[in-house]
Amino acid sequence: MDALLLARIQFAFTIGFHFLFPAMTLGTALVILISETLHLMKKDDVYRKITDFFARLLGLIFVVGAATGIVMEFSFGTNWSQYSRTVGDIFGPILAAEGVIAFFLESVFVGVLIFGRKRVSPKVYWLAALLVFIGGHLSAFWIIVANSWMQTPAGYEIDTAGKIILTSFYDAVFNPSMIARFSHTVLASWITCAVMVSGIAGYYVRKGLHGETARTMLKIGIILLAITPLIQLGAAHGHAIQVIDTQPVKAAAMEGHFKTGRGAPLYVIGYVDEGNEKTYGIYIPKFFSFLYNFDFNSEIKGLKDFPKENWPPVNVVFQSYHIMVGLGMFFITLGLLGMWLLWTGKIYTAKWYLFWLPFFIPLPHLAHESGWITAEVGRQPWIIYGLMKTADAASVVVSAGEIVFSLVMFALVYLLLFVMFVRLFVKIVKQGPAAP
Amino acid sequence: MENIQNFQILWFVLIFILLLGYALLDGFDMGVGALLPFLGGNKEEKDTLIASIGPVWDGNEVWLITGGGALFAAFPHAYATAFSGFYLAMMLVLLALIFRAVSMEFRANDPARAGLWEKALVGGSALAALLFGVALGNVIYGVPLTDKMEYAGKFFTLLRPVPLLFGVAGLAAVLLQGASWAVMKTEGELQERSFQAVRVLMWINVITALVYFVVLSVTFSRLSGNVLFYVAVVLTFAGLIGLFFSARKKNDVAPFWESSFSFVGLFLAAGAAQFPNLIAASNGPNFSLTIYNSSTGLYTLQVMAVIALIGMPIVIGYTIFVYRLFKGKTRADDHY
Ligand code: HDD
Ligand code: HEM
Ligand code: HEM
Repeated sequence: MDALLLARIQFAFTIGFHFLFPAMTLGTALVILISETLHLMKKDDVYRKITDFFARLLGLIFVVGAATGIVMEFSFGTNWSQYSRTVGDIFGPILAAEGVIAFFLESVFVGVLIFGRKRVSPKVYWLAALLVFIGGHLSAFWIIVANSWMQTPAGYEIDTAGKIILTSFYDAVFNPSMIARFSHTVLASWITCAVMVSGIAGYYVRKGLHGETARTMLKIGIILLAITPLIQLGAAHGHAIQVIDTQPVKAAAMEGHFKTGRGAPLYVIGYVDEGNEKTYGIYIPKFFSFLYNFDFNSEIKGLKDFPKENWPPVNVVFQSYHIMVGLGMFFITLGLLGMWLLWTGKIYTAKWYLFWLPFFIPLPHLAHESGWITAEVGRQPWIIYGLMKTADAASVVVSAGEIVFSLVMFALVYLLLFVMFVRLFVKIVKQGPAAP
Repeated sequence: MENIQNFQILWFVLIFILLLGYALLDGFDMGVGALLPFLGGNKEEKDTLIASIGPVWDGNEVWLITGGGALFAAFPHAYATAFSGFYLAMMLVLLALIFRAVSMEFRANDPARAGLWEKALVGGSALAALLFGVALGNVIYGVPLTDKMEYAGKFFTLLRPVPLLFGVAGLAAVLLQGASWAVMKTEGELQERSFQAVRVLMWINVITALVYFVVLSVTFSRLSGNVLFYVAVVLTFAGLIGLFFSARKKNDVAPFWESSFSFVGLFLAAGAAQFPNLIAASNGPNFSLTIYNSSTGLYTLQVMAVIALIGMPIVIGYTIFVYRLFKGKTRADDHY
């Protein structure tokens, strides 16, 4: 296998793994902030127990996130050195800003959140919860800025030597896809945690454990689960429109849309036959066009309008996109059902509903990973859309053999981390909010 | 042109400060990690040692992440050349940092395998400390580079005597940081043992620092007459001598500051030997990566300077705030 392909596999694997953890951090920080605010206002010990429980989980999640995050920070230099040389002007400052503005804030106050309950006053503890929440979301902000800049570059010029020069930091940060991508990703992380909290609390309630604490936790979880996927629908819609406008090739691949035309269909499920340039499946006629601008007959560009060497792997993008959207619809249903049960007071006895909740905890992660595969594979063959090809970005001095070594190393180490994480996660959940 | 040079020098200094902050802060927690079996006699004492660094180690590591990000932003060629050129060594660094990071949390929650996670903490901390010194030694001492700014050596090129000396001197300094942190944060028998470690490590540091400064002054002729270099030597030995007395008088807090001063001295000498190079070329100075030929554009350096000069004071402010929250001896309720 050649070094480029190996480098791509390694990047996809390490980032896909890292992302599992921040996705949980953001939502967990939100739940901690909510329950600690309620604790401060109502002085009710139930909320303190909820905060302390999630702070313990956050400690575990955070540490694996930090350990795998530093790998990502190094990766641009180790594996993508040509990319780093070319974009240092823009990409570098964004990563550095993330360190100065976000990582410090989050890491410093996470220590207070996990170790400081008995050391600091309730107000300072609440402040720590707030700052961890802000720090985590700022981390996500800056990294999404970096990624969005690669998707829709702005605020730059190309000099005579082919180097990319920053001309406006503001334009680079607020590039055309940043806001859509940031809000979509943050909401997705909140959904992840809404399902996680509901799943854990559902398990407790069904087993009759932890009384009032479990019921309050379930309430928080279900309310979040009812709200966030619905908002997500709106945000996701905006994001999809943004993609159609800025990256028409990717958008066409997402729906397996080959021929430019009016009244494009929307597939519910399907399969793309890339060889014959045909898409099969169950579809809603004209709905893709309708969703674009609420006009059933609007025109949407098809893949055939673009040179074939600039197509991404169409079926991969199509399938991953549909997995995500399908799961999104599922979460909406799940949340509304839960809200109805909560509203009518039936939820604490609805065993059939509570039974399934814990099994859904991994699903948002699946949606997340599929979403990123859509975004990143859909961008191929470009590493910076329209400017630089992935093939020109890899390090030149790193051999295939060296990458095989590191890939095997990461595979083994991450497997160990994963197994340990799941075991300890389950253990902490079993100990529950009553633990010391 | 004048203008951009000022910013290039500013960024050399700022990255130097970030890496120095990293060495001092993550230095003490890696030192504690590496010394765990020597200082902590039983599980309870080990718990206390780990609890003394538990709330702060991750914030300390961010100095490295930010230093790396700043290097990427200000001198992308140096970042690209070193990270891709030292590929396998970098992977070892990552391995060490990963295990160091997760081992404390895993140890606390997985008592059945606590011994294993302790080994991971000790190994990860010591290996990382050693490798950082070796890496720094290499970019200062010089490595073979091509005219395209790419590394032309092998993995074993990195293990020459002079860079290894940097590694050993760095490791010794890190261990001293750790022992004197433990002195500050613990009591009773545990503290007694930490004082002993400080005394031994002080003598080891006297030797490694002496060799380090002699080798530096022989290897880099440009250091003779460089005021910073003499300041560095004085700082290091003043720190170590102070340490000698305060360890005798059983002073709790002073050893940590004195150890830090001596570490600053080592770093300052390295910086003086390095400027204005970022990665020296062993095959001729024309191939060297300097702050002048590997930086980003003026505008980027300016934007970054604004972010750093506003942001870092705030960071330092709340970092001090949090250290003060956990001030004094580590208590039982600081534990996991
Ligand atoms: C819980 C996770 C989750 C859920 C339920 C959804 N998404 Fe999503 N989606 C993501 C998690 C995600 C993500 C992982 O966060 C991505 C990757 C890049 C990004 O911006 O967000 C993503 C990407 C992404 C993209 C690709 C944009 C790009 O190129 O960056 C589109 C068009 C959508 N999403 C649209 C939707 C729609 C129409 C959904 C239906 C409700 C939906 N997403 C639900
Ligand atoms: C956390 C969620 C992310 C996931 C799951 C993800 C996933 C992927 C995948 C699957 C690829 C391989 C695509 C291919 O080679 O066909 C890839 C490539 C890449 N992504 Fe992402 N990505 C994520 C976020 C980011 C971010 C935030 C950045 C930049 C800051 C980034 C930068 C890159 C780079 C440099 C490559 C390598 C070149 C390439 O293959 O395009 N990714 N990513
Ligand atoms: C290639 C891209 C990425 C790089 C270089 C990167 C880098 C890092 C680093 C170095 C850390 C550790 C910080 C610490 O020690 O405190 C970290 C953690 C984190 N990352 Fe990433 N990351 C990437 C992708 C992402 C993405 C896509 C997101 C979110 C959308 C994200 C969000 C976070 C958050 C919130 C944290 C802190 C919480 C935690 O550690 O779990 N990162 N990342």
